[in-house]
Amino acid sequence: MYKYDQYDQAMVDARVEEFRDQVRRRIAGKMDDDQFKPLRLKNGLYLQLHAYMLRVAIPYGTLNSRQMRALADIARKYDRGYGHFTTRQNIQYNWIKLAEAPDILADLAKVEMHAIQTSGESIRNISADQYAGAAADELIDPRPWCEVIRQMTTFMPEFSYLPRKFKICVIASKEDRAALRWHDFALRIVKNAGSEIGFEVYAGGGMGRTPFIAYKIRDFLPTGQILSYLQAVLRVWNRNARRDNIHKQRMKILVHDLGQEEFTRQVEAEFEHFLSLGQDFPQAEYDRVAAYFDPPPFEQGLSDELDLSDPAFARWVRHQVIAHKAPGYAIANISLKPAGGIPGDISAEQMDLVADLAETYSFDELRATHAQNLVLPHVRKADLYAVWQALVEAGLADSNLDLVTDIIACPGLDYCSLANARSIPIAQKIAERFADAERQADLGELKIKISGCINACGHHHAGNIGILGVDRKGSESYQLLLGGSGDENTTQAKIAGPGFDEDGIVDAVERTVEHYRAVREPDERFIDTYRRVGMDGFKEAIYG
Amino acid sequence: MKIVTGNDLKTGAVTWWTGYDWSIHVEDAVDAGDEADAIMAREAAACRVNNPYAIDGERDADGKVRPAHIKDRVRALGPTVRPDLTLKPADPEARDWVI
Ligand code: HEM
Ligand code: SF4
Repeated sequence: MYKYDQYDQAMVDARVEEFRDQVRRRIAGKMDDDQFKPLRLKNGLYLQLHAYMLRVAIPYGTLNSRQMRALADIARKYDRGYGHFTTRQNIQYNWIKLAEAPDILADLAKVEMHAIQTSGESIRNISADQYAGAAADELIDPRPWCEVIRQMTTFMPEFSYLPRKFKICVIASKEDRAALRWHDFALRIVKNAGSEIGFEVYAGGGMGRTPFIAYKIRDFLPTGQILSYLQAVLRVWNRNARRDNIHKQRMKILVHDLGQEEFTRQVEAEFEHFLSLGQDFPQAEYDRVAAYFDPPPFEQGLSDELDLSDPAFARWVRHQVIAHKAPGYAIANISLKPAGGIPGDISAEQMDLVADLAETYSFDELRATHAQNLVLPHVRKADLYAVWQALVEAGLADSNLDLVTDIIACPGLDYCSLANARSIPIAQKIAERFADAERQADLGELKIKISGCINACGHHHAGNIGILGVDRKGSESYQLLLGGSGDENTTQAKIAGPGFDEDGIVDAVERTVEHYRAVREPDERFIDTYRRVGMDGFKEAIYG
Repeated sequence: MKIVTGNDLKTGAVTWWTGYDWSIHVEDAVDAGDEADAIMAREAAACRVNNPYAIDGERDADGKVRPAHIKDRVRALGPTVRPDLTLKPADPEARDWVI
């Protein structure tokens, strides 16, 4: 994986010291909150419901065991013994003290991590397929491109005062595991008729108050022209964006106001201009970065045989293990969705264990997924049983990937100061209702996503079943949505009807699921059935 | 009643105005009445508490102060999903107090 060079390290170290001084001045009363807030947000430090919250970037979701251990140490030393993985491949700490925040950033810098651009109107942590570099179906590893874009954009003035936050995603397979078209700007690596590698480009996606699925704005962009193209996109947005209304400043609003054609036309015109400046990085620069992502030294001649005589292990393999591109290897998913747990939460001890497993069994690599789970990307099939046993011991061996209990839920009213309703208890109640493993397996792929407010951090717009918490005259109420997806057939979920209270929403989910069971055809996933039969039958089943 | 709340500058902890100081226990909050604006202006300038603001409070059956809105009750208690992290970790009824 990418290693900081002396410039990267010096920049991050300098930012830590700068922030240390700013915190000192704030605590000494030399700055008020209005002056200090933008400074702390530049370093990922929010003020949430109960304490300061620090959001740490995990670029494209990749980290090594040393970094994971540092994250565990931070949880132990400065927080309350746990961390929370989010839907944008970041980790959040909920109980940070202001005076200690600079020390945390210093500890992060020692392992080449930081919290820059995890807040504010910046290019946020770039997300990618969590199986990058390992997936059997990918064209090339998309992460070098993420890293190149990250390096090119991090401190570039044109990108540091954007109208609004800007989220980028890069994948390299047909199957979309990263919710590509829900991003402001997204790239899918493809091959053209001449077998050249390039990008299919999407723009204008995003959730929140005004959800939009990104349009495709280009079929093929030669990879080497990405910086010019990205600059063109941002220039068109910067020039046209409304800066008078915070709800209308995201790029998705502009793209959909102008329309796909006009937006694309303006981008292409700018693109010609940027190309003529010849500022794109040289191939050698890409090669330098890409070398850090060379495949690990996979052993040759390994067997693909697996002993599945232990039924619990067999179930885990069936649900959690995915095909790898190297023979004899597999991708192992670690569920952070134990029954009754908090989606995405992990204790310091569990982080240490996962780090150990990565070091021993996965070429020192780990991934965080947008579904708030973790991944060991390169495990020898022969080692899967040992990995599973260790996970069982640590309470991390749930076999529910993409099943009804693998719920994405934002922190909601339990932690977030913007929330209208709690999300986590709803996730817990649904998980308890569907705890039976046989029933879960019978239902098959079913993605439930819950947000505690319209901002959609829990991706309810992309839920096969989405749940949105709203405030109804001072009490929590929950809307049910159906038919959303974040995969290669991206769709936006639609509201089914009036909202429910806390227990009512769980019953409504159950009625939804039972209707699916009643009308599904063999091998049909929930989303396929919904697409085939439409909303009406579901509505009838839910509301009677 | 109007009660004044904010987050402690150093720890971020939720705090309540007691009439002469700040407490992390909402039961210690006093009715700020007409003085809420003056208290908030003075306290913000003192840079001990972030973003003080006034909310509606009420008294529960035992006569103890409690915020009128659920959001501020969650703020006052700590997360309802981690009893061990709330201000009343040993109290099995703490969650019911919020809802
Ligand atoms: C707890 C503190 C948080 C705050 C203050 C916060 C703030 C916000 C705001 C204001 C928006 C709406 C932005 C817009 O206008 O589009 C938003 C959206 C979003 N946030 Fe959060 N958020 C928080 C936590 C999280 C968490 C925990 C996650 C992941 C689990 C997350 C990931 C996202 C995502 C994915 C969106 C989706 C909207 C989009 O794609 O446009 N945020 N957040
Ligand atoms: S969706 Fe709303 S409640 Fe949930 S984390 Fe985002 S801002 Fe908070």
